[in-house]
Amino acid sequence: MKNISKKQKSKYENLYYHPYKKNNIKDKLLTSISILFSTIAILPLVLVLAYILIKGGSLLSYDLLTNLPEPPGDDIISAGGIGNAIIGTLIITIIATFISVPIGIGGGIYLAEYSKGALFSKFIRFGTNVLSGVPSIIAGVFIYGIIVYTKIIFGSNFSAIAGGMALSILMIPTVIKTTDEGLKLVSQELRKGALGVGASKFVTITQITLPAAINPIATGILLAIARAAGETAPLIFTALFSFYWSSSPQSILEPIASLSVLIYNFAIEPYKAQNELAWAASFILVLLLLFLNILSKWLSKRTNLET
Amino acid sequence: MRNGQSSKFLLRQRPLSERLIDNGFKRLAIAMAAMVAIVLISIFLVIFLGASESIHRYGLKFLVISEWNPVTDEYGAFTAIYGTIVTSIASILIALPLGVGTSIVITEDILPSKLRDLIGLMVELLAAIPSVVLGLWAIFVMEPFLRPLLLGLHTNFGWIPFLSTEPIGPGMLPAILILVIMILPIITSISRDSLKQVPNKLREAAYGIGATRWATIINVILPAAISGITGGVLLALGRAMGETMAVTMIIGNSFSFNWSLLAPGNTISAMLANQFGEADGSQVSSLMYAALILMILTLIVNILAQLIVKKMRLKY
Amino acid sequence: MNYTDKAKGIENQIDIPNSDKVAISMQNVSIKYNSQTAVKNVFCDIPKGKVTALIGPSGCGKSTILRAINRMNDLISGCSLTGKILFDGYDLYNKQIDPVEVRRRIGMVFQQPNPFPKTIYENIAFGARINGFTGNMDELVANSLKRAALWGECKDKLKESGYSLSGGQQQRLCIARTIAIEPEVILMDEPCSALDPISTLKIEETMHELKKNYTLIIVTHNMQQALRVSDYTAFFNAEKIDSSKSGKVGYLVEFNQTNKIFNSPKQKVTKDYITGKFG
Repeated sequence: MKNISKKQKSKYENLYYHPYKKNNIKDKLLTSISILFSTIAILPLVLVLAYILIKGGSLLSYDLLTNLPEPPGDDIISAGGIGNAIIGTLIITIIATFISVPIGIGGGIYLAEYSKGALFSKFIRFGTNVLSGVPSIIAGVFIYGIIVYTKIIFGSNFSAIAGGMALSILMIPTVIKTTDEGLKLVSQELRKGALGVGASKFVTITQITLPAAINPIATGILLAIARAAGETAPLIFTALFSFYWSSSPQSILEPIASLSVLIYNFAIEPYKAQNELAWAASFILVLLLLFLNILSKWLSKRTNLET
Repeated sequence: MRNGQSSKFLLRQRPLSERLIDNGFKRLAIAMAAMVAIVLISIFLVIFLGASESIHRYGLKFLVISEWNPVTDEYGAFTAIYGTIVTSIASILIALPLGVGTSIVITEDILPSKLRDLIGLMVELLAAIPSVVLGLWAIFVMEPFLRPLLLGLHTNFGWIPFLSTEPIGPGMLPAILILVIMILPIITSISRDSLKQVPNKLREAAYGIGATRWATIINVILPAAISGITGGVLLALGRAMGETMAVTMIIGNSFSFNWSLLAPGNTISAMLANQFGEADGSQVSSLMYAALILMILTLIVNILAQLIVKKMRLKY
Repeated sequence: MNYTDKAKGIENQIDIPNSDKVAISMQNVSIKYNSQTAVKNVFCDIPKGKVTALIGPSGCGKSTILRAINRMNDLISGCSLTGKILFDGYDLYNKQIDPVEVRRRIGMVFQQPNPFPKTIYENIAFGARINGFTGNMDELVANSLKRAALWGECKDKLKESGYSLSGGQQQRLCIARTIAIEPEVILMDEPCSALDPISTLKIEETMHELKKNYTLIIVTHNMQQALRVSDYTAFFNAEKIDSSKSGKVGYLVEFNQTNKIFNSPKQKVTKDYITGKFG
């Protein structure tokens, strides 16, 4: 114990802040490093957004949003528009949402309301976590193997449906998890109250607990949609791409364009016009995704305020 | 309510339709939950069956052969496996200090709280940028900017095997850097959550015996949050291994094996993205075999992540 | 007796012969959380080598004052202090003062036992190490545990986690941890409020041991405890002040030797409090 006082007294016997004391130098150094690291961490976002705004935003026009893209090499000056890709992204995402939301909410309801910690529910929870870690390209390979290759859906191979199914595999785990967690936040008292007046489990869930958990569930669905809408890997050999409009109802059985696949295809073309179209598509896609993310953030903030 | 009593409480007897709905709803929920298991098992089955021809033909040799030649119909995935493991681990090594450092800045009172919130928001929004857009940016902005730097690296340190080739544009190192950008948000947000959960009384305990800010962070706060951070790192590793688009666009997709990180390379997912659409015959089977390997790699990493988080949480 | 008279502090200047018997001197200390005043105009000289108890009803600012002494309030954003707290000739809130240095010489034990998630041994060694201890660590750990009256119970399990101990033992481990850094003053913020009576008794025995070497300042809501362990007692109260829109503001009512506070308090409000009429 004497050693401490001796050591302190020797050089810095007072309580003042000594900027050159070893500990203080170390603290300052680490603080600077951590601030430097966080600056590096936000730099990519700033740079990427800046480039998308400058390169993509400057190309924005009515024609760009409403025209069809032109196959590479046809026209050196213009690559056309991204109209069908915008529509295609919407169609594929809607298909994926229609598949994944019922499964996700149903599975979440089972986990939160019915399962009693049995082996089956443990396996489903585990499986949900595993499924959320499955690389997106694997979802594409799987759908290719089971749908595209076999032509099992009305004999069509590459199609909007196949693309939507591939995306839905990525959405299901998110929707299940947020439904499960959202329902668990609903107070047990509310549940008991409903059951206590003789409501059936079905009525309790659909009219009491599910409405009470609607905000976190909606947040989860939005996040899942935001992730799916930006995905490319599951689409490149399921939905493929198309240079035409997908206007008729049958066109969901045909290959379909999407913003993300357009960006991929046109980015690796050697033609400048196509590259620029990829930037324009990036601008629209990023705008859409940022909007969805901020919307879900706003929703989840509202949830936190309520509870 | 049932049988004997029901006659006295006619109004309270549940109609058959209600009971049917109640029961049906439960079964529906179970069926939906079972879909997760069905999908997961089907993924394995489809990929395994698709790969079976190639598994028979090559066995484990597939893992160590680096030749991938659709013309001679000879396939080995060593280059892609090497690329997958090297790019993902290297990106973790870079992203870990950046992400943990950023999460410390966000959770400790180093900067004014408004600035901290802004940094947190920006890192979260980075996760919203799709992979393919980052790939586009990497091709046209990052790689041209980096090339002189990488060239300098090669001319000065070319004697190191990892830097032994001249950078020609796409390559492993640009792919690693783009992966860093992609996994930074995961590591940052999971570390931030685990740091936030460290009880304030531990912070007070350290400050109360005269620890400086960083002595507190390094000796008390980070160790208490280590399970969450480890889990986050493993999840990020899984993500990096499976990441496809940005990597495909910048890695060069070369099948000739090279130790150098400046040379073009390949990963399993990049290979799938590139070749699956046009492949046929035994090439499809070999691609499925590669997909199976990727699936197993990410599965191991993800299960490990879950186990570590669970086990370490019990301890603390 | 009205509030402004007390604010001048005349009543609270007690007879301590010379200044080197004063450990901490508070001069017109007021503490605010953002714009809300928590405690106002405290004048108080805390004697060296004695146990001083801070008592009063909840919300009177006694814990806030205690945490101000080793600048733990720095960790709460929006907390600000006016006035002076003098220690060893330094104004602790002078801009040049390093709060880390302050905390090394004025240690603190908290309301909830808060050992580190490390071994018992490491819990004690950690503080000593960051304070630049160069001596025999085993000896220091043993001595600190002995002085915190914990040695007998844990000498055979030094390598076990600090969390393996009971609540009372954990609190004594926290005391041992504080002793190990050899502070001059030890602050204790309701150290027994989370403990059972037997553990409380043991902690109080530890305090009796400690006062031979240290200045102890202890916040307690338990008047019997103040009576049992302390030499001096400061009684704080909270009043609603017209000028502040919401909440009560704490102030120091009376400071004196403990037996005087309990047997012949000068203020009626002190008497009411110690006889259990409120609080």
